[in-house]
Amino acid sequence: MNEIFTLHVNGEDREVRDSWLGENLLDVLRDRLGLMGAKGACEQGECGSCSVLVDDELVCSCLVMAASATGQAITTVEGVAPVGAPSDVQQAFVDAGAVQCGFCTPGLIMAVHDLLDRSPEPGDTEIREELAGNVCRCTGYGRIIDAVQQVAVARRSAGGELGAST
Amino acid sequence: MPVMHPTTIDEATALLAHHPGAMVLAGGTDAMVEINDGHRRPNASVVAVNRIAALRSWRHDPAAKTLTVGAGVTYTELMHEPIASLAPALAEASRTVGSPQIRNAGTLGGNLGTSSPAGDGLPVLAALDAKLTLASAAGGRTMAVTDFIVGVKRTAIEPGELITEITLPVVEGWQGYAKVGVRNAMVIAVASVALVVDRTHERVAVALGSVGPTILRCPDAEELLASSIDWATLTAPADALERFAASVSAASRPITDHRSTAEYRRHAVGVLAKRLARRAGASL
Repeated sequence: MNEIFTLHVNGEDREVRDSWLGENLLDVLRDRLGLMGAKGACEQGECGSCSVLVDDELVCSCLVMAASATGQAITTVEGVAPVGAPSDVQQAFVDAGAVQCGFCTPGLIMAVHDLLDRSPEPGDTEIREELAGNVCRCTGYGRIIDAVQQVAVARRSAGGELGAST
Repeated sequence: MPVMHPTTIDEATALLAHHPGAMVLAGGTDAMVEINDGHRRPNASVVAVNRIAALRSWRHDPAAKTLTVGAGVTYTELMHEPIASLAPALAEASRTVGSPQIRNAGTLGGNLGTSSPAGDGLPVLAALDAKLTLASAAGGRTMAVTDFIVGVKRTAIEPGELITEITLPVVEGWQGYAKVGVRNAMVIAVASVALVVDRTHERVAVALGSVGPTILRCPDAEELLASSIDWATLTAPADALERFAASVSAASRPITDHRSTAEYRRHAVGVLAKRLARRAGASL
């Protein structure tokens, strides 16, 4: 059965055709809408490489039924910053050497943005717990944690008092 | 309209009555794994219940000393205030579920709908004698969570019924949840225990996960701890704690599978139960 529905992705309405009932959001983003940022590895919510925001909640897009997400605001890594102008989190990943093969990176970028939006000054333990759903098989996580701390420090010095921004 | 988005419980139950084969979709964290793996395929229609405001709400009745949680409340909500203080063991159990991504999507109603023996919320609900409410076009009914779960991933739900809310007592005393898995994060329980020490009624409740086809209560162990505990300090003598642990292990009915062995699980629930009982004593 083909499904025709509209998803609101990165601020734009995108019509989805030829989707099957039950198809997950990850596959629809990649195969129907050409958004290759979110990655698919486990397809069971274990690896986090498909993380996106749905109505500002960080979720695994492989566990979202695409046709159930109509009318919700979906943000993928493509929607975080314009091409060529990385977000502070993306730049910090580059600067800290937190990217090796890069497969987990889009999911981690989404998770770190979400974490820092909720908790601007996370400790290492909090960072580890909050990123526990994003598996990286290259880095050993040390430089990822460094990148998160770099962004937290930079935002603090740029934004003055905590909570003054947003 | 293959995916339907009711916004009220009445609308949802009417849809379920008119579409008998419809799949109910809550957070999707169990259902989508089955679909992605090809073990399940929604063939006709899906009723997505995540836009029903009544399912996403909760209420505290201080007079009745109860907390009622909508079936669509997520683990993330359960592990944070204000719900966390009203049901600390449920908050603790919720924090052990999956990852932030899973906890943002997964719901307490979904935990019951799946009724895996490893469902982290379930031992807590069983230990608290929680009740759940089911709605259908024909009406509604309320039953104990322990009666609702009838086997491995099998429940007493009837076609056309929707889990709408879960009611549990707000207990004065101590409550906690502990679980063993292969790591701290992102892990399905190999064995789990919920302990409730109710000072008002001077009662103890223990429920076990992942060591039987359903969540198991431990009446002998509960009686043993309740009779040996000092209710002023919530402490119990060391030998009583040892007998308590042995009794909990004896109440388990574990199997050996790909996650662990029966022997390990039987031992683990005893250790976890003793650990929780010590925490209860240390809490004052």
